Amino acid sequence: MRRPKEKLIEKLLAASGWLTILTTLGILVILVYESGQFFADVSVWEFLTGTEWTPLFSKKEFGILPLLTATLLTSVIALLVALPVGLTIAIYLNEYSNRKFRSTVKPMLEVLASVPTVVYGFFALTIITPFLQSFIPGLAGFNSISPGIVMGIMIIPMISSLSEDALFAVPKSLRDASYGMGATRFQTVFRVLIPSAASGIIVSVILAVSRAIGETMIVAIAAGQQPNFTLNPLVPVETITTYIVQVSLGDVPRDSLEYRTIFAAGMVLFIITFIMNNISLWLKRKYHRQYE
Amino acid sequence: MNNSTKNRLTDKAFQYFGIFNTFLGLIMLAVFIFVILQVGLQRLDWDFLTSLPSRFPEKAGIYTALIGTFWMLLLTIIFSVTLGVSAGIYLEEYAKKGWFSKLLEINISNLVGVPSVIYGILGLAFFNRYLGLGGSLLAGSLTLSLLIIPVIIMTTRESLKAVPKTIKEGAYALGATRWQTIWKQLLPAASGSIVTGVILALARAIGEAAPLIVVGALVYVPFIPHTPMDDYTLLPIQIFNWTSRPQPEFQVNASAGIIVLLFLTFLLNGISIYLRNKWQKKVKW
Amino acid sequence: MKRSILKNSNRFRFGNLVILAVIALVIASCGQPKKSNEKTGNISIDGSSTVYPISEAVAEEYLALNPKVRVTVGESGTGGGFKKFGRGEIDINDASRAIKQGEIEACEANNIKFIELLIAYDGMAIVVNPNNTWATDITVAELKKLWEPAAQGKITKWNQVRTTWPDKEIHLYGAGTASGTFDYFTEAIMGEAKSCRGDYTASEDDNVLVQGVASDDLALGFFGLSYFENNKDKLKLVAVNDENPENGDGAILPTLETVKDKTYAPLSRPLFIYVNSTAAEKEVIQDFVTFYLEQAPALVKEVGYIPLEDNEIAAGKAVWADFVKAHAVIK
Repeated sequence: MRRPKEKLIEKLLAASGWLTILTTLGILVILVYESGQFFADVSVWEFLTGTEWTPLFSKKEFGILPLLTATLLTSVIALLVALPVGLTIAIYLNEYSNRKFRSTVKPMLEVLASVPTVVYGFFALTIITPFLQSFIPGLAGFNSISPGIVMGIMIIPMISSLSEDALFAVPKSLRDASYGMGATRFQTVFRVLIPSAASGIIVSVILAVSRAIGETMIVAIAAGQQPNFTLNPLVPVETITTYIVQVSLGDVPRDSLEYRTIFAAGMVLFIITFIMNNISLWLKRKYHRQYE
Repeated sequence: MNNSTKNRLTDKAFQYFGIFNTFLGLIMLAVFIFVILQVGLQRLDWDFLTSLPSRFPEKAGIYTALIGTFWMLLLTIIFSVTLGVSAGIYLEEYAKKGWFSKLLEINISNLVGVPSVIYGILGLAFFNRYLGLGGSLLAGSLTLSLLIIPVIIMTTRESLKAVPKTIKEGAYALGATRWQTIWKQLLPAASGSIVTGVILALARAIGEAAPLIVVGALVYVPFIPHTPMDDYTLLPIQIFNWTSRPQPEFQVNASAGIIVLLFLTFLLNGISIYLRNKWQKKVKW
Repeated sequence: MKRSILKNSNRFRFGNLVILAVIALVIASCGQPKKSNEKTGNISIDGSSTVYPISEAVAEEYLALNPKVRVTVGESGTGGGFKKFGRGEIDINDASRAIKQGEIEACEANNIKFIELLIAYDGMAIVVNPNNTWATDITVAELKKLWEPAAQGKITKWNQVRTTWPDKEIHLYGAGTASGTFDYFTEAIMGEAKSCRGDYTASEDDNVLVQGVASDDLALGFFGLSYFENNKDKLKLVAVNDENPENGDGAILPTLETVKDKTYAPLSRPLFIYVNSTAAEKEVIQDFVTFYLEQAPALVKEVGYIPLEDNEIAAGKAVWADFVKAHAVIK
């Protein structure tokens, strides 16, 4: 009596289980198919090395480098903010503060990661940019430094949380040995703990940068919509993600070369974040095993 | 100053530096929120919540965006919870452990890290164009569900893993079938944790704008949706639209809209934390 | 061992909440029952972001009188809108330029007949940041040098356009390629539609352009006059010299008069709406467009464009009335 019902339920649940595989396959199929058609018209070399991105204009150029440099620029600025702050927080919570402080502060930090990104974009455009403009001459209204700083604030919890886990995993024996030799907390942290936890910290950095690379709204609102092959943080730039949104807001007829640029750009984005996520997964597994 | 004193001073200095950094991010957020409240609170009234969008900032309200957000939330709950929790149960309790399940785990971890715009692209190509759902609530909620299902799966699995093996083994020993054990013992035991995770995932979902713009949410929608096939707009998208308007009055509207969005986000987060604490107290293994 | 850990498990409470939410939503979405003489129906408008403020204003006023009608107004750009129009996906296309031959053919291929209605005039504004002290006027030849495709990557400084201007970077903001403003600007200045450099901040959303120019000292941009009028305090107009003494001497600023008498050249242009004939069979569309033509003169001015002359308005109404008669469905 019960067997068929059990089997049915198992089949239904299995169907849901397969959903994740289908999702990944769906993403891959769509990206590869449309990009494939795109690359029938545009050479991969031109795409990867061209420094002008003007796919919608009469003089069409399909070099993705301007979008890549913008994505890189904003993410690096974000990291410059988040890494020192996040790492310091991790160190402080781990070695300097007590249990209670740590358990109250950690959830508070998570708030930074839960603020909707439109809101951060608004902050960048209306608060940070005018503030920076008051003492940086020549800072354009759209630039990469403002969204970079705000993205940095957003990813602080990622770095602090994961680095803290990494520091926590360092064996007590190493700590005790260091303190036993008369080292201060500062010395212990920087000479013993961080080197040991290095791979875990690197994992947190990779994941945080991956998050910054995939971020859309903050840069769409505050960085601008001008593809610009530059490393100057004071001028308008356009990231890969902003381009995708910009084209979606307008109207591009399906099955046109312009429509396919969404997928080619998306493909690049997917590959970059995919590689980064998997490197960090592999690193995480590696350092987990070290202490077992 | 000898080395020893220098070291102690560095240590003390770093201690203060540490405290400073810990609160730096939070202080900046507090400053932002303070500014938002100052600018937007004056605009926030019943009128604002129930007015349609307008070209006059004094008249423009978030009514359609709010209803759109609630619709989206509802549809997303339906899809993501049923599919996500089911998948989580299957992967944790039914799937044979081996290289395939390891692959599935890696796959899910990857899906969690895929940028949200990519899900938007998937939704555009598959739900909007291929299935012909257009820029409807249905297409949007399916896309949003796909975005948060990997997170829900991970939460469900963690929650199920946390239930002591003794419960499961005890049930089997008494002759219960696999599904009976899951439905009557494991799920109720893990439910608090699952619900907490789901609410957190939803709190993130209501703030998403980019993937939904790509799938086809509109910006100017002066009517509320009546069916899942209708066009819609959402709170974050309305805020995005107002932010792009240069007139300062629209910035005020954007601030007021942000207050509402933050309120909803923090409310959901708060509920999940409250439930988690309550559940942890109730259950004593 | 306890049978079930939690009697009222969180899960079932959650489920109740969901049911409550559904009921609340259904009630909120229902509204009151229809009155018999209230207009209902859907009107989909898309197209030019230049014309958007006018259509948005008309839609809003219309909705105030007929709250049950569902009007959506998109901003995909004139070109983008025509593509949708040609596929029969929208009822009305806002256009900041006349329909092109290729677009006419696309309509014919799908058996779509339409009518073109003139609703306003626009003087496309060339704007700079208020802190810009040097650019008060510009010639058409200079605009061409600055915006033509050959300028891409090469003309990057103000003094390359005019030697007396500063040796500083120039940041450009302008319409995107789906925009009628883009087509009109390129045709008027470069002499060939769509011929333009691509390395500038391009957006179909003119608000983005306003924000860009307003916050960047070194910016120069172009968009519909309405967007300047509504942001006067943040922008500065640049007078345009078409170097044609017969058409008004020297550099001219766009105003009501100069656009109407066409001395502000070559950037004065007509604004249209195109209505689909199938859509025109619907009573609600007939009502809406009639309302549009009646309200246009006042709303156009409010929004910042130049209204038509009285005889042009009357002519437009007559043309529309004829079109309705030709396509009206006998109920």
